[in-house]
Amino acid sequence: MKKALKNPGVQAFVASIICIILGLLIGYIVLLFINPQGAAESITNVIKNFFTWSKPKTQLKQFGNTLAKTMPLLMCSLSILFAYKVGLFNIGAAGQYVAGSCACLYAALAWGWSWLPCMLFAICAGAVLGAVVGILKAYCNVNEVISGIMLNWISLYSANTILAKVKEVASPYTMYITDVNPSAILPNAGLDKLIGNNKYVTIAVPLALVIAIVISIILNKTKLGYELKATGSNKNAARYAGMKENQNIILTLVIAGGLAGLGASMLYQTGYMRWECTQSSVPGMGFNGIAAAFLGGLSPIGAIFSSFFIQHITDGGQYVNTNFYSSQISDLISSVIIYLCGFVLFIKITMNNMIAKSEDRRIQKQKTAETAGKEAD
Amino acid sequence: MLLLIQYTLIFSSVLILVALGGCISEHSGVINLGLEGIMVIGALGGALMMRFCQTESAFVMVLLVILAAAFFGLVYSALLGVACINFKADQTLVGTALNLLGTAAATVFVKALNTSMNPDDHSSEIEYVRARKMFITNINGFEFNWFMLIAVIAVIVVAVMLYRTKFGLRLMACGEHPQAADSVGINVYKMRWAGVLLSGILGGLGGICYILAGVSIWKFENGVAGFGFLALAVMIFGQWKPGRIALAALLFGLFRALSNTYVGFPSLAALNLPGNVYNMMPYIVSLIVLALTSKNSRAPKAEGIPYDKGSR
Repeated sequence: MKKALKNPGVQAFVASIICIILGLLIGYIVLLFINPQGAAESITNVIKNFFTWSKPKTQLKQFGNTLAKTMPLLMCSLSILFAYKVGLFNIGAAGQYVAGSCACLYAALAWGWSWLPCMLFAICAGAVLGAVVGILKAYCNVNEVISGIMLNWISLYSANTILAKVKEVASPYTMYITDVNPSAILPNAGLDKLIGNNKYVTIAVPLALVIAIVISIILNKTKLGYELKATGSNKNAARYAGMKENQNIILTLVIAGGLAGLGASMLYQTGYMRWECTQSSVPGMGFNGIAAAFLGGLSPIGAIFSSFFIQHITDGGQYVNTNFYSSQISDLISSVIIYLCGFVLFIKITMNNMIAKSEDRRIQKQKTAETAGKEAD
Repeated sequence: MLLLIQYTLIFSSVLILVALGGCISEHSGVINLGLEGIMVIGALGGALMMRFCQTESAFVMVLLVILAAAFFGLVYSALLGVACINFKADQTLVGTALNLLGTAAATVFVKALNTSMNPDDHSSEIEYVRARKMFITNINGFEFNWFMLIAVIAVIVVAVMLYRTKFGLRLMACGEHPQAADSVGINVYKMRWAGVLLSGILGGLGGICYILAGVSIWKFENGVAGFGFLALAVMIFGQWKPGRIALAALLFGLFRALSNTYVGFPSLAALNLPGNVYNMMPYIVSLIVLALTSKNSRAPKAEGIPYDKGSR
C-alpha cells in the first residue's frame, strides 16, 4: 500500500479522485442550499448521466453522444497540457477551437470541401492562432494568458461575422452540413453500429485516442519533447544548451493550436451541433479542457479518462430537476474541480510527508529494537 | 459626441478600478488572473442589493450597493489568497478556476433565486431600473455616474498608498524581493493577503460599475466579456503605475465606448463595417499595445512565485 503510494502516477490518481469527490460534494451542498428536496436525486443524475435512461439501448445511444463530445474536449485538454508542459498556459485554446469551428464549417458549407480538407483547414486555423500567441510571447514578451483571452474574443466575433454568411435565413444557426454537403461529415467506418446506431460516433473517436498516445510519446520519448520541456523549465538554460528557445515556444503553441482546431472539426463535422452566429460568449469547450487537463494529472493518457469524466458530468447536468436547479450546476462542479486541482501539489507533498514520517518511525523502531537487543547481549 | 464621452468615462472607470486592483495584487507578488470572476461576483452582490433594498434615499442605496459589491469581491478573492499564498498553488490555474467558477456560481445562484420566486422563470437576469437611476445624475443630457468620481478617488488613494505610506512601500517590497522584505521583519504572507483582498474589493467595485454602465438588466450567464483581462492589459500598458493606468484606461475605454456609440457618428456609420468589428476593437487594440509595450515591462520581479520561507 505504502509502496504503491510512492509511485507518482498513483499519487496523481489519488489526488484527482480527491478533487472529484470534493467537487461533487460541493456541488451537492450547493444543491442542498438551493432546495434540499431532490438535491440527492439531482446530483446522482449528474453522476449517472446516460444511465438515468432505463432502456439499455437508449443508454448506449446516449453514451455515444457523450463519447462524440468527449473527443473535442480531449483535443482541447491535450492542447492545454501540451503547452503547460512547456511552461505555457494556453487559455487561448478556447479561441483556437473557435477558429477551427469557423474554418471547418465555412469550408464545408461555402466551398463544399470534403471532410479531410475541412479537418486540415480547421487544424491550420487553430495553429495560426496559436502561432500568433507564440510569436507575441517569444518576441514581444506578451503574457500568453492575456493575449490568449484577447484572441478568444477576437475569434468569437470574427467567427460570428464570417459564419453569418452560411447561416440559415430564418435562424441564427449555420446550415446543416448533412443537407448542404454530406461529404464533409466525418465517416463512421462502422463504429456507429457498435454504439447503438449513433451516427455521431465517427472515426474521430479512434483518431483522438491515437493522437493522445502520439502526444504522450512525443512528450516522453522524443528529442523534440525533451527540448520543449527543457525550454519550459528554464528558458535560459535551454538557450545555453543550444536549443532555439523562441522557436520552441512558437512550435509548442502551433501544435497546441492545431490540436484545439482539430477538436472543433471533430465536433462540428459530425453534425452534432451547429454554430449560433449570435453567440455572446466563447464556447466552454476550451475552458473545460483546462479542467480535464489538470484532472488527468497533466498526462495525455490520464486526459482521456478525465475528459470523459468532465463531459460525462457536463452532459449529466441536463438531467437535474429543472424545477429547482439549472444545468449550469455541472459547470460549477467542473470549475470547483479546477480550483481544487490547484491544491494537488499540496496533497502530493502531504502524502510524501506522511510516507516519510511513517518510514522514519519504522527505522527508529528498528534501531531501538536493535540497541535493546545488543544491550540484552 | 456627448454619449461617446459618457461611455468612455464610465468604461474607463471600470477599467481603472479593476486595473488598480490587479496592480495592488501584483505589487504584493500575486498575479490575480481571477479578476474577471471577482468582477462577476462583485456585480452579483451589488445587483442583489439593488434588487432587494427598498430604500428611497439615493445616498443610502449607493453606499449599500458599493459595500455589498466590495464585500462580495473581498470574500471571493479570499479563495485566491488561500490557494496561492497559503497552499502555494499555481496562480494562473487558480485564477482561471475563479473566472469559470464566478460565472457558473452566479448563474446557478441567480437562476435558483428567480425560480424560487416564480417557478416559470428560468432566466439568469436581475433587473435594477429603479436603483440604477440613483447612481446617475443627469447634467444637460450627460449621465454622470458616481462611479466616475469613485474611480478618480481610487487612483489618488492608491497612488498615495503605494508611494507615500509605510504600508504601500512594504507591500511593493514583497512583490520585488520577498526574502529581503522578510529579513527586515515584514510578514510577507500578511502583505500578500492584504494585496489580494484589496484587489478583491476593487475588482468587486469594477464589476458593479460595469453592469451599471449601460443597461439596467443583467444576464449573469454572460459574465463580464473579458473585461477583467482587458483591465490586466491596461495595467501592463500602465506599467503598474496608478497614474499611467488611468491614462491607459481612458484609451481602452474610448475603444470600448465606440462599439456602443458608433451608430451615432455619420462618418463611422458610412464605413458600413459590421458591428462585430467595433466589438473586437478593444481586444485588437490591447493586443497591439501589449506587443509594443511588454518588451520593457516593469513588472514586479517576484510576481507569480509563491513565497516559501524556507527557499533561497
